[in-house]
Amino acid sequence: MAQESLVNLLELTVGAMLVYNFVLARFLGICPFLGVSKKLDTALGMSAAVVFVMTLASLLTALIDVYLLSRSFVIGGVDIRLNFLQTLVFIAVIAALVQMLEVLLQKFSPALYRALGIYLPLITTNCAVLGVATLNAGSGRNVWESVVFAFFSSLGFGLALVIFSSLRERLELSAVPRPFQGMAIALITAGILAMAFVGFSGLC
Amino acid sequence: MGSTIFLSAVVLIGIGLILGAAIGVVYKFFEVPVDPRVELLLELLPGVNCGGCGRAGCADFARALIGGEAAPAKCPVASQEVVAQLAQVLGVEIGRAAKQVAVILCGGDLTHAKGQMLYNGVDDCISASQVAGGPKGCRYGCLGMGSCARACPFEAIGIVNGLAVVHNEYCVGCGKCVDVCPRGLVKLVPVDAKVHIYCKSPEKAPAKMKVCDIPCIGCRKCVKAADEGQFTVNGFLVEVNYGDYPRPDVIEKAKCPKNCLQTCRGHEEFEYGKSIGESA
Repeated sequence: MAQESLVNLLELTVGAMLVYNFVLARFLGICPFLGVSKKLDTALGMSAAVVFVMTLASLLTALIDVYLLSRSFVIGGVDIRLNFLQTLVFIAVIAALVQMLEVLLQKFSPALYRALGIYLPLITTNCAVLGVATLNAGSGRNVWESVVFAFFSSLGFGLALVIFSSLRERLELSAVPRPFQGMAIALITAGILAMAFVGFSGLC
Repeated sequence: MGSTIFLSAVVLIGIGLILGAAIGVVYKFFEVPVDPRVELLLELLPGVNCGGCGRAGCADFARALIGGEAAPAKCPVASQEVVAQLAQVLGVEIGRAAKQVAVILCGGDLTHAKGQMLYNGVDDCISASQVAGGPKGCRYGCLGMGSCARACPFEAIGIVNGLAVVHNEYCVGCGKCVDVCPRGLVKLVPVDAKVHIYCKSPEKAPAKMKVCDIPCIGCRKCVKAADEGQFTVNGFLVEVNYGDYPRPDVIEKAKCPKNCLQTCRGHEEFEYGKSIGESA
């Protein structure tokens, strides 16, 4: 029993961060990964914003999933489950959450808003945030497990983004052959980085 | 079947209403009133976020304008008309700031500066300057790897035959390149100062001539040709006094033996890159 929960915990933390890295193993959130990875500062800002939003959003979506969508309602002797509404509801909830967060941040923490503000609207439609919600719902995790999983997944996303942006900053200075310049070499680098992350696959 | 549709409709409508109401409430009670003038100013400002005004981007500058912490003319990019419009929105004085452009005080391109070694490392001036002083023999000259060109938000600097050259028609004088150059060769000068001495090496003249065909050797011909105080002599290096700069006709009169004294136009056209062209 104790061992089982330890394995579970490992999978939720190390597994989410390294083994099943959102960007490099699941290929979610590729657009911010390629879009804001040109400079380390922006990558750090984006990572922080994603950690923030993903954790909060997964708390909310997990609550909705556990207490509303995964429950069976019996109406007139018919057993009804609303699982099929997952994607629809999650998207709406995440988008609304980001909208509200933007205003709340601006009000209560202008410093944080300045740091994360421009990245927040970008996250509204980030597939990694929706991905973590659906993954949580699909594997039947409870609310706290979901939040832990989301937190470490987003850390993994941040890690990949920071590593990749550092690589790209270094690439700026290298003499890249003309056909590979720009996005081409970035994609190749991302592929090699993903291969490197496969090395973690034995961890848990 | 019917009840499934009914229930999902109810749930979706319910969630939609709750979310909508929540957003409405949040916006109503927590919204931070933004000065409408910020938007107005932002539309007028160039929006390139170059930081030439010393603020973190145009939005920050707009806020500083409204707070009265900055004058409209602090924006080095905006044209005179835009600055006037900004001042009109704010209802304040324009504030004076002479238009400046950057100049790179080195004439040593690949043809004129002698190399000391083959540099094969990271293509960046800061890195190159740390590896035994880079590829060129002169320890004070332009390395020509384009750190300044990359830093320029307006692409006003080109690398011509291994020498960074500022194109005045694109330069707005934001000063980003000034901090980047590891040799400190970039200087912001008034746009009307057309004559420059393209050398910044404080070495003795024979030492300079060993590594470069067109150094300033401190002969003072230009000093004699110009009015008093327009040049400053500093050992083997003569510098233009940009507070009281000489007119372009000084070049004719001075007959600089090393062609180190040039107008910026002449500098661009003087044999540089004639054969090789842009290599950036």
